[in-house]
Amino acid sequence: MKKLTELCLYDAREGLLNKDFTSKELVLDHIEAMESSRSLNAFITETPEIAIKSAENSDLRFNKGTNRDLEGIPIGVKDMFCTKGVLTSASSKMLSNFIPPYESTVTNNLWNEGAILLGKLNNDEFAMGSSNETSFYGPVINPWKGNNNEQNLVPGGSSGGSSASVAANISLGALGTDTGGSIRQPASFTGTVGLKPTYGRCSRWGIIAFASSLDQAGPITRNVRDNAILLKNMCSHDPKDTTSSSKKIPNFEESIGNSVKGLKVGIPNEFFQEGMSDEIIDIWNKGKEWLKKSGAEIIDISLPNTKYALPCYYIIAPAEASSNLARYDGVRFGHSVNSSDINEMYKATRSEGFGDEVKRRIMIGTYVLSSGYYDAYYLKAQKVRSLITEDYNKVFNSVDVILTPSTPSSAFGLNEKSDDPLSMYLNDIFTVPVNLAGLPAISVPAGLDSNGLPLGLQLIGKPFEEETIYSFAKVIEDSANFKNIENQWWVQ
Amino acid sequence: MNNLVKGNTGDWEIVIGIEVHAQIISNSKLFSGSSTSFGADHNTQVSFVDAGMPGMLPVINSVCVEQAIKTGLGLNAKINNFSIFDRKNYFYPDLPQGYQISQFEQPIVGNGMITIDLDNGESKNIGIERLHLEQDAGKSLHDQHPSYSFVDLNRSGVALMEIVSMPDMRSPEEAQTYVKKLRNIMKYLQTCDGNMEEGSLRADINVSVRKPGDDLGTRCEIKNVNSIKFIGQAIDYEAKRQINLIEKGDLIEQQTRLFDPKKGQTRSMRSKEDSHDYRYFPDPDLLPLTFTDEFVDELKKTLPELPDIRKKRFIEDYDLSSYDSNILVSEKETADYFEAAAENSNPKLVCNWVIGELFSVLNKINKTIEDCPIKAEDLGELVNLIDNETITGRIAKDVFEIMLDTGENPASIVDANNMKQVNDLSEIESVIDKIIENNPDQVNALSEKPNLIGWFVGQVMKETQGKANPKTVNEILGKKLLKKG
Repeated sequence: MKKLTELCLYDAREGLLNKDFTSKELVLDHIEAMESSRSLNAFITETPEIAIKSAENSDLRFNKGTNRDLEGIPIGVKDMFCTKGVLTSASSKMLSNFIPPYESTVTNNLWNEGAILLGKLNNDEFAMGSSNETSFYGPVINPWKGNNNEQNLVPGGSSGGSSASVAANISLGALGTDTGGSIRQPASFTGTVGLKPTYGRCSRWGIIAFASSLDQAGPITRNVRDNAILLKNMCSHDPKDTTSSSKKIPNFEESIGNSVKGLKVGIPNEFFQEGMSDEIIDIWNKGKEWLKKSGAEIIDISLPNTKYALPCYYIIAPAEASSNLARYDGVRFGHSVNSSDINEMYKATRSEGFGDEVKRRIMIGTYVLSSGYYDAYYLKAQKVRSLITEDYNKVFNSVDVILTPSTPSSAFGLNEKSDDPLSMYLNDIFTVPVNLAGLPAISVPAGLDSNGLPLGLQLIGKPFEEETIYSFAKVIEDSANFKNIENQWWVQ
Repeated sequence: MNNLVKGNTGDWEIVIGIEVHAQIISNSKLFSGSSTSFGADHNTQVSFVDAGMPGMLPVINSVCVEQAIKTGLGLNAKINNFSIFDRKNYFYPDLPQGYQISQFEQPIVGNGMITIDLDNGESKNIGIERLHLEQDAGKSLHDQHPSYSFVDLNRSGVALMEIVSMPDMRSPEEAQTYVKKLRNIMKYLQTCDGNMEEGSLRADINVSVRKPGDDLGTRCEIKNVNSIKFIGQAIDYEAKRQINLIEKGDLIEQQTRLFDPKKGQTRSMRSKEDSHDYRYFPDPDLLPLTFTDEFVDELKKTLPELPDIRKKRFIEDYDLSSYDSNILVSEKETADYFEAAAENSNPKLVCNWVIGELFSVLNKINKTIEDCPIKAEDLGELVNLIDNETITGRIAKDVFEIMLDTGENPASIVDANNMKQVNDLSEIESVIDKIIENNPDQVNALSEKPNLIGWFVGQVMKETQGKANPKTVNEILGKKLLKKG
């Protein structure tokens, strides 16, 4: 019999509905995969007991006919989501002992629809990073390897555990968070589908904050339909998050397969980067061709302030982070170093509790908000952010989606860039503007590069028009005919 | 009016601006559902939001917004339909988030103005620069353990209004009167209970001195002064300290200072160089606070009568003097008490009793009018008993004393103690006749000293235990004695 981990989320759901197998069987196969894939280091906390108990409960519901939309489906959750009674570390030493007494709204929504927690997924510390190498729990290894090359690659970040676990068939889907590309970049590096919804689509309540005005939860899955199914069950209007939207939540799955004929696709000039590899340009051109073939109209557009997006992001995100992370002071929870002097206690607690990348961003953020520098940095960045948003608003008067590459390269080697923060930050060059403008965007696998590594294409949509994105994404998915990894070298 | 302070080099003018932190009356905190009641056990009124737990988000309490708007209206101030919450970042153990949510550049209330009435009968307008909403911090407890400090987060997140005045005050009295007036307006509005002992109202006082006509001097800020008396003492001390320094040839250093009530002195807490860089920036967790003009207009309709209007009404409706009206309305509770007492009685007499006997007795037994042992209706009834000549004014004071001790109703006290006024002409006349008969020397002396008539009145009162109708006594005595003389 085919292993149940080879099913996608949609097929697993169908199988459960048809009673081809039980939720417990499905969950047990995934637990086995989780346990035999520890070499990838995708999980920080495995929760097999919770999963089995939930699966038994799901099977009872199937028998009674009270099954819900995601009944019995095991998923992984990035360790930025607070899960009641389960360690939630943000992959930081600072929270390495933090067990929340509450459940995030997004995960709560999923459990209320019958989804099952398989475990908590590794990520860059406090979601700061693009390679999952800043985690206190060590790096996650990308299941993909280059042709004839044993070198370990990064799975992207910060949702590296999420992307790796989905690519490696350990979970049917995973939750990520995306502040500057942390869902889309790892999805691109692992050949998975990752969507960052419109800002406000998912509640931020109970998600450990990195940069509040940019953070957004989203799903990573093995295909577009799975992604839409998962997203629908994550969203809600949450009175506990005043930035969460009260817009009606569509059944995103219904947009899968919708024709894109006559719709307009914008190709932004400014995304052609100096020194961009031919392979990236090729895959982008392929994307254009596929969409054109499906009847969409390709239009060249300009987003003139794109070049300012990365510097703007690296002012705003650290500024908010420096303030959001001030609560980790050792006084009430988390890592704490005792001292008879309060300032010494802060210093020791935060020096020990935070890693280098987090410290770097706290320092940048503190600097740009300091009196005398605020106007030159933070205030100016806010103005630039408005200009960038304005660019997109204008363009969306004439196009329905924007097509770009997801990343400037395929997955790189472990430790290759970890000492060079600037080249690391450049990984987010195509994804960051989307967060600044609060727009929805997806990364869909579009093919392999010459080294045999996945490359993703990014589709950016109008606010709250995830459905249009999904329609286009499905076209790319069907055209690309992307195949997941076959050699499960990591299984022990 | 001359508020100048004499120094060795001439006269000095004190310039005072005040920031009042007023706790909003609301059942729950500014951004969470926790209770705000005073005096609960440590850390029993703390939500995950108040404790700064990871992933928690603030949600604005609309009641607090309404309270701030009402207060702004009471201060005749501009209400801003669009305002922004900012984060004020600093580390302190009783500040769980590592920042206080406040309003920095765009507060909910802008410029306003209130009028204060001074003891010399003059009035003065004091400008309000702004009012903004902010969270209170928790409380550090340093006396619970020999080597640890404890933190109580019950106050963490409680809603405060910071009300900033213009530097318009020129004397300790003006500053005290301003804070009293502000407190009174908020009590009328029921937006702040004004209880300074419980910390519901604290004042930061900015003091500088200058020679009249000069530019503003360097100011020092005296933090967290928590009584009207201390406000006066702190300004007094601080102004003299600054004058002495300048006259010695020193410069004033811009400082934050603390007032020590035991010593009656201010001392330096930190200098400007040590002051925090709060790194204010708009709180990304909260959308800008917006509301419509209609919303403000609806709130305006719900405003109660404010002290200035009430004073005017007391003058017009009760025919009281401006001075007396001012005293009555300057504490909401006093004005409420007065109106309850005067409802069915002679308002002028009631006013005299409240401002006279009642105030002096409350002062003596160290009670406020809120816990006055005499019910307002009973005081009204007492005044009626005098007014309709059931008892004499002298007996009334005895009745008042009994009311104070027992809390009983005046009519029953009068009945039980047989204190009714004697109005019977023949009864009084016979007492008078007896006194005249027994005191021939005094009667004779009357022709020399007509003032002695008072002695006779006293004797009659003594004989009747104060119950004789004094008017009747005077009339009969006049007829019988002065005619002879």
